Amino acid sequence: MIPFLEVRNLRKYYQKGGGILAPAGKGERFAAVDDVSFFVAQGETFAIVGESGCGKTTLARMLLRLIEPDEGHVFFEGTDLLTLSPKKMREYRRQMQMIFQDPFASLNPRMKVGEIVAEPLAIHEPKLQRSERLAKAGKILERVGLDKDALARYPHEFSGGQRQRIGLARALILRPKLVVADEPVSALDVSVGAQVLLLLRELQAEFGLTYIFISHSLPVVAQLATHIAVMRAGQLVEFGPADLILTEPTADYTMELLAAVPQVPRDPVL
Amino acid sequence: MGELLNIHSLTVELPTAAGWVRPVNEVSLRIAPGEALGLVGESGSGKTMLSLALMGLLPPGARVTGEAFLASDQGQQKDLTNLSEQEWRDVRGREIAMIFQEPMTSLNPVLRIGTQIEEAIWAHEPGLARHLVDRRVIAALEHAAVPEPELRAHQFPHQLSGGLRQRAMIAMALAARPKLLIADEPTTALDVTVQKQILELLDRLRRDMELGLLFITHDLGVVAKVAERIAVMYAGRIVEQGPAADVLRQPLHPYTQGLLAASPTLERGKLRPIPGAVPQLTQLPPGCAFAPRCQYRRGECERGVPEFRPAQSGHSARCVLL
Repeated sequence: MIPFLEVRNLRKYYQKGGGILAPAGKGERFAAVDDVSFFVAQGETFAIVGESGCGKTTLARMLLRLIEPDEGHVFFEGTDLLTLSPKKMREYRRQMQMIFQDPFASLNPRMKVGEIVAEPLAIHEPKLQRSERLAKAGKILERVGLDKDALARYPHEFSGGQRQRIGLARALILRPKLVVADEPVSALDVSVGAQVLLLLRELQAEFGLTYIFISHSLPVVAQLATHIAVMRAGQLVEFGPADLILTEPTADYTMELLAAVPQVPRDPVL
Repeated sequence: MGELLNIHSLTVELPTAAGWVRPVNEVSLRIAPGEALGLVGESGSGKTMLSLALMGLLPPGARVTGEAFLASDQGQQKDLTNLSEQEWRDVRGREIAMIFQEPMTSLNPVLRIGTQIEEAIWAHEPGLARHLVDRRVIAALEHAAVPEPELRAHQFPHQLSGGLRQRAMIAMALAARPKLLIADEPTTALDVTVQKQILELLDRLRRDMELGLLFITHDLGVVAKVAERIAVMYAGRIVEQGPAADVLRQPLHPYTQGLLAASPTLERGKLRPIPGAVPQLTQLPPGCAFAPRCQYRRGECERGVPEFRPAQSGHSARCVLL
């Protein structure tokens, strides 16, 4: 059986201490993502957890070829994405979408919400009339919990949680199979972040989505993940079913991360 | 009285295009010497504006009413709502210090760490001899558990990791031996393993130096680690306060209960969000500001802002259900 998503020996190198001000030839090569391999089955939520600089965002972006890997393969339903021509890749990309951490930075402030959400349709289904596109945008906005009148408004008129919903609507309008979510609730308030996490869970069931969920927070990941991969210095230190990783981790580093989570003392009353 | 800080009915008003708003509304709080008070709130709750009021750093045009007494040397009380800029210079840094979420924005990127700590010491003890200052700089870094303090004193902020930068900030804040430290989300930008170390450091320093600590955060797990008492803030008002263990284990206010239920933990499948969003300060309801989101809402909630009602010793909340 062909796995839904398979990542094999993926690598990305960067120069240390590079940049335009660095003297020529300075800095050694280091692997931001170092020989990472894993499988994801359809309908799963595969979480990649790690601290800042561990390479999790680079890894996530390489899955969609937003960053080109230096070595390795990404098989999507059996096709190696890295061998595809730009034109072919565009066709595949409509099946895979991304949502970002900062809902303030990821929406064009000069476009109306309707245009933002309908834009992927304009690219991938150019034959649709504008009115048809906007009708679809209105529907998906309603599904993520916003009113239809959001269509004619601008991003700055919305709160952080609402903007994250707009980002979700834009990601889902093409009915993708795979959604890569990079820290989707880290910039949100606790009460609003919980709303977005539960919405993500509902939408996954409804649209049959597979999630790659990137986060620095084990408590956040614990809410959605079916599988957890723990990443450190470019490598996966362990991965497996979420229940197992959260309760019986085998890697010292995972134990260290779990032990560092500040816990609230709880009474069963709540 | 024995209090280090005694805030009574403090209100901060700011002018906006839509009229005056009150980001801090009739707030009363006390902190004893050596005590850690956790101030919990989401964005827009007014927790940062309260800390700026205590540092004399409010934006121009702000109106302040109420009182905030700081116990000063020789047993006198200074009202922080009523200081001249000259008086503030003696208070800021020397009696009250503050650390922030992102040390990189509060450290000067072109000055060595040691030089910045020197400035903090000299600002308050201008006559101190050079060799004594050097020694104090190293001592301050050691105090904040910065490894290799001589080396770090000669480095620039960008050469330090996030955790070390926050330690350097703490060293700088405490170099003039203040009595009150305001820490505004000091670990939010840090990795969990580093966060744990910084929280432990702050706890140790508080005990060693008899430091009053006002710890501001949105994270209930973090506040559980550092605070002895907790005050929960919503839309400018304190809605609940009490001993940390009581507030976290038996929260009285529906907002505190909701916040606890909405905070992700390592337990799976227990997350319950609070419906709706934090209200705009320009559009507050007439009564309890949380009422529109509250599952226990009744008629009287909308009639007026509930007074504090005590539940048990030192634990109280602004809610009609009590």
